[in-house]
Amino acid sequence: MKARSKRLMLVGGGVALLFAAVALVLSAFQQNLVFFHTPTEVSEGKAPTGKTFRIGGMVEDGSIQREADGVTVRFAITDTARVIPVTYKGTLPDLFKEGKGAVVQGRLEGGVFRATEVLAKHDENYMPPEAAHAVEQAQKAAQTLSQ
Amino acid sequence: MTNPERGRSLLRFAAPQNFYPLAGRLAPWFAASAVVLTAVGLWLGFFVAPTDATQGQVYRVIFIHVPAAWMSMFIYLVMAFWSAVGLVMNTRLSFVMSQALAPTGAMFCFVALWTGALWGKPTWGAYWVWDARLTSQLLLLFLYFGFIALTRAIEDPRRADRAGAIIALVGAVNVPIIYFSVQWWNTLHQGASVSLTKAPSMATTMLTGMLVMALASWAYTLAVVLWRVRPMILERERHTEWVGAELERAAKLSQTAGGRA
Repeated sequence: MKARSKRLMLVGGGVALLFAAVALVLSAFQQNLVFFHTPTEVSEGKAPTGKTFRIGGMVEDGSIQREADGVTVRFAITDTARVIPVTYKGTLPDLFKEGKGAVVQGRLEGGVFRATEVLAKHDENYMPPEAAHAVEQAQKAAQTLSQ
Repeated sequence: MTNPERGRSLLRFAAPQNFYPLAGRLAPWFAASAVVLTAVGLWLGFFVAPTDATQGQVYRVIFIHVPAAWMSMFIYLVMAFWSAVGLVMNTRLSFVMSQALAPTGAMFCFVALWTGALWGKPTWGAYWVWDARLTSQLLLLFLYFGFIALTRAIEDPRRADRAGAIIALVGAVNVPIIYFSVQWWNTLHQGASVSLTKAPSMATTMLTGMLVMALASWAYTLAVVLWRVRPMILERERHTEWVGAELERAAKLSQTAGGRA
């Protein structure tokens, strides 16, 4: 029994140490583990603006504009606090919509983000179209009430 | 344990000669439940559950993707558990259990990555991105491969068991990283729709279908692992008396079956 509890201490202690070590490493590399930066981080200069990076947020309502050439799109990405204007040349994913999440990859050039890749970000909500419609109606009703 | 009599009777199955017939008796039941649950789950998922408001039909991949991803993480934790038990208690069966689980875990891990890629293209616009969730899940697949390769590569079963147990325990660190990655860091992968801490953010029929499929994957795993563990036990215990008797009985059975045919 003595040898067994000694082994239990060894295995338990080893695993605990390992978890602690990994937690430290992960918190040290926090910045490198994020897939995208928020518009607020970008405007505060926390994003690696010198090279290609990603910005994630919502596509601002009413911001999508197509250029005359038909392939260039202008829109703005926001985290409700800050807004970053984006230009992109290429096809957009189906789920890319105003008011929905998106992640853009590219570089910042003179205040405008020139995207080379646009990804749509889906949220964790799954609902049938009727329910989505009902939610929309309820939100509209709430807005009119508050006005 | 409050009831020593009952405790002893359950611990009895830690002995290979008792577990072997138990596994053989239980496996068909789990297999049958897996078939029924999969049929019900897929029917709910593909015919009963409504389409998703934003994604349309493509969301239906969750009925396979989510249970597979859950299972791939859970199986690794179970492997780590049995490895720890084996290291501490020096029980023969524990290491065999964790080795029998590995191929099924790897299969679920692959299914989760593959279905996720198929979903990612139409939804995100990319099959693969290197975000924290996807990368740590890929690491899990490599851990499974590493575990399987290492335990198969070492001839001496005692050394193979120990080496595998260490990979299983070290790799277990990755499982909470996968699970919490969507909370800790900005990821492209969405957060959990179903968790213990909040109400699920999906329609009820969708949720039911997904949970039935999760139960189906549990039943499947139990059936396959119990079947896989039986020949492994026989091989490990081949020098013991009970295996000799068991093989003799099996040989006699097949002889009478052959005579009849």
